[in-house]
Amino acid sequence: MKNPAIIGASIPRLDARQKVTGQALYTDDLTLPGMLFGAILRSPVPHARIKRIDVSKAKALAGVKDVVTGADTPQVKFGNWRLVPDSQDELPLAVDKVRFIGDEVAAVAALDKETALRACSLIEVEYEELPGYFSVEDSTQEGAALIHAESEGNVSLARKIKYGDLEAGFAQADYVREDTFRVHAVSHAYLEPCSSLAAPDEGGRVTLWTSTQVPYIVQCLLASTLGLPENHVRVIKLNTGGGFGGKMELRKWEFCAAFMAVRTGRPVKFTLRRADELASGRRRHGMPIRSKVGFSKDGLLMAKDFDVLLDGGAYNSMGPTATFLCGNFGAMLYRYPAYRYLGRHVYTNKPPAGAMRGFGAPQALFAAETQMNMAAHDLGIDPIDLRLLNAMETGDEIPEVATISSCGFKESLVKVRQMSGWDVKRQEKKPGHGIGVGCYSFISGGVFNWFNTKYNFASAEVRVFEDGTAHLLTMATDIGQGSDTVLRQILAAELGIGVDKIRLTASDTAVTPKADLGTWGSRVTLMAGNAVVQAAKKIKEMLIPVVFGHFDLNQIHDIAFENDRVFSKARPDKGFSFGECVYKALKGRRGEPLTAFGAYTPRNKGLVSPAFSFGAQVAEVEVDEQTGLIQVHKMYTAHDCGVPINKMAVEGQLEGSIHMGLGYALMEDFVMKDGRTLNTTFLDYKIATAQDMPPSQSVEIDTYEPEGPFGAKEAGEGLVSPTAPAIAEGVFHATGYRCLDLPITPPKVLQGLGRLKG
Amino acid sequence: MAKQTIEITVNGDRYEVAIDPWRSLAEVLREDLRLTGTKIGCNQGDCGACTVLINGRSVSSCLTLAVEAHQREVTTIEGLAKSPQELHPIQEAFVEKGAVQCGFCTGGMIMSAKQLLDKNPQPTETEIRQGLSGNLCRCTGYNKIVEAIGDAARRLAPAGEGK
Ligand code: FES
Ligand code: FES
Repeated sequence: MKNPAIIGASIPRLDARQKVTGQALYTDDLTLPGMLFGAILRSPVPHARIKRIDVSKAKALAGVKDVVTGADTPQVKFGNWRLVPDSQDELPLAVDKVRFIGDEVAAVAALDKETALRACSLIEVEYEELPGYFSVEDSTQEGAALIHAESEGNVSLARKIKYGDLEAGFAQADYVREDTFRVHAVSHAYLEPCSSLAAPDEGGRVTLWTSTQVPYIVQCLLASTLGLPENHVRVIKLNTGGGFGGKMELRKWEFCAAFMAVRTGRPVKFTLRRADELASGRRRHGMPIRSKVGFSKDGLLMAKDFDVLLDGGAYNSMGPTATFLCGNFGAMLYRYPAYRYLGRHVYTNKPPAGAMRGFGAPQALFAAETQMNMAAHDLGIDPIDLRLLNAMETGDEIPEVATISSCGFKESLVKVRQMSGWDVKRQEKKPGHGIGVGCYSFISGGVFNWFNTKYNFASAEVRVFEDGTAHLLTMATDIGQGSDTVLRQILAAELGIGVDKIRLTASDTAVTPKADLGTWGSRVTLMAGNAVVQAAKKIKEMLIPVVFGHFDLNQIHDIAFENDRVFSKARPDKGFSFGECVYKALKGRRGEPLTAFGAYTPRNKGLVSPAFSFGAQVAEVEVDEQTGLIQVHKMYTAHDCGVPINKMAVEGQLEGSIHMGLGYALMEDFVMKDGRTLNTTFLDYKIATAQDMPPSQSVEIDTYEPEGPFGAKEAGEGLVSPTAPAIAEGVFHATGYRCLDLPITPPKVLQGLGRLKG
Repeated sequence: MAKQTIEITVNGDRYEVAIDPWRSLAEVLREDLRLTGTKIGCNQGDCGACTVLINGRSVSSCLTLAVEAHQREVTTIEGLAKSPQELHPIQEAFVEKGAVQCGFCTGGMIMSAKQLLDKNPQPTETEIRQGLSGNLCRCTGYNKIVEAIGDAARRLAPAGEGK
């Protein structure tokens, strides 16, 4: 059932007014009485044994209230993959060893920021340096020292996928090619630096306000690392200034804030500087990707062999999931009769890579889509035609992995071809001008319970009142994408009341129902949305009998919830206002409030995701062959996100994705030397400005995802993937230069064209 | 170092604060005056989240010493709306056009937009993009922000002049 006034409407975000007036609170905006300021001492060396730490001078500095090192802490390892305890390879503060420049060694809490920073500089640490490894090739070479003693040859885990007869597929193929691609690390560059404020609570409890994507995960891991019962830890997320995957773990300063708040009996706040974020923050995995693919002479895919080494940096972080998903995305979009994947997650002495928008897809799809374009060129088939020939469809099955319950991929290809004027522009070829295509598929949340949660994946509580309003409580986490608005739209549509009637309490682990795994993998709309629908349905079950009883309705009547009314569909006059109906139900329950719990956990949905989005994107580019400068003139996108709940929010996600995809393709890159990140300001780490952004045109393909609330599925993350391969193909079309290693920079273009010696 | 007492008028309210002379305007606004609508995204003059107006001119308040605002008028995002009920047309346009996502860049964006429209009431799209080139946004891709500012220009135009 669709309520067109609410579902699919472009409703302005409900929090926008607070944000445009400066009233919206972010963690660093909070100040509590007696609050101390925290600072972290980080390792200046990439790989070393800690011989000695002396904090006496720091402790003696006036204004310093606490100094902690690993030795003071309970030394409980943590990591998001609780299901595999061996993968939990981080300690809240280093003990014995540091593994990257920026590894957290000690923390200080002082009366003001400057004193905290000065105290850090007074801590003496003696290091015995160990060999540092800064590439996956180096750290996996024979005889390399182990970054973690438990790993085998610095490989922390391997993931394999295999189906179909690979050998036979390649043997029968008329055209086989093998390429190695290299993709690089980039920063989430969320605009709000990480900030966390902890306050001690009665009975040894602690409350943490933090800029996070995963309040529940932070609660659990904070409890285990502090040695407290989970229920002693309350995590509250206020407004969060973007995350993109970079805020989806327990972070060391969250631990330090809570730990020192308990020790000192005073609130402690940590706010990172941009330089900390860029120098030692999480990033997207760089990786070499070797891909071998075979086609029949008519362009039918026969087999694919996909081999990836993920540069994980010093810790696992979300690498295990990225390793898993890379293999999944290597085989998405098209029908592969045979597929083999080997992904290995490798430790190096660099800042850890983690989840970042796309979660393995931007890398895998840059390789896969570029190779598709290369094959199309060699086979003499138009790249869009080649894709149409092999494209997945609704009902397709990826053996043992997933069933595609809705798929608008072919429609996306056809639409983007038409709206971009593809056929004409591909043919006419003006010098220096090119047009290229890239595609994506993405998950709507993961089904794999790596966090080993004992609760549902998503939950919601709905309360309704006799004044016609409702209260939605959920741990779902709005980090800027707009879920606080979208979930209220879903509840409003289900209950037939206005979105303005719904109060929302979100992301407070002591108040909102257990549990929700947070914002990542584009899971929120589908999973939390389904939980909201379920809770709302239970509320409706409490209200429907009131209408039947009062109006003595025949059994065959059906009850509608619309326009703040509850009534018989056949006899709209027989009904009440929503509030009156709640009042009558409440009376009938002798005062017991109308409250319902809803939940969602994907079951029997394969190994990856309950639903997949699809789309195709075309980039029109111009390359100056004298300077190698690339200008993107226009982006065209057609995508299938199921039924969009909020059109304006979907467009916003698309446009934001193009921003990030363009940065990934053309300008964003970490400059590293011996494990040190050299570009640690926004001046040196370039993200696109308003002047760099091309105009964009988009269209949503109409599909209905049976597993999603009101037919919705993922819209915010997959779209980050097609941009780089589309631009790369545009550059090839314009110049004949084929980029296999991102980003596509002017020097690479000139070298590729033989105008600059390498 | 001795503290220095400065007088500043922020959003029409006069304040007298004793501060260390090396502190930035952004810090003093946020920490001493508790006006936290001004955000710090980089503290280095690169992102624009801290943009405020001093005597009508936009500055990065993280790079401006608070003492430089002595005896001047500062406008922050909290002071832009005429009243709590009535948003400024730029704010209205940002809300309605979907120019806000996480909101961390928003205050600074709006202050830059204010300066831009004060100087150039009917900017072209290119001029809007130029005017925003010092303000980074990681969420929106800027298109809806640019659209909102164009829309605000029309709202602000005296009747008959708007396109
Ligand atoms: S915080 Fe001032 S420019 Fe970034
Ligand atoms: S809305 Fe998030 S940085 Fe602009």
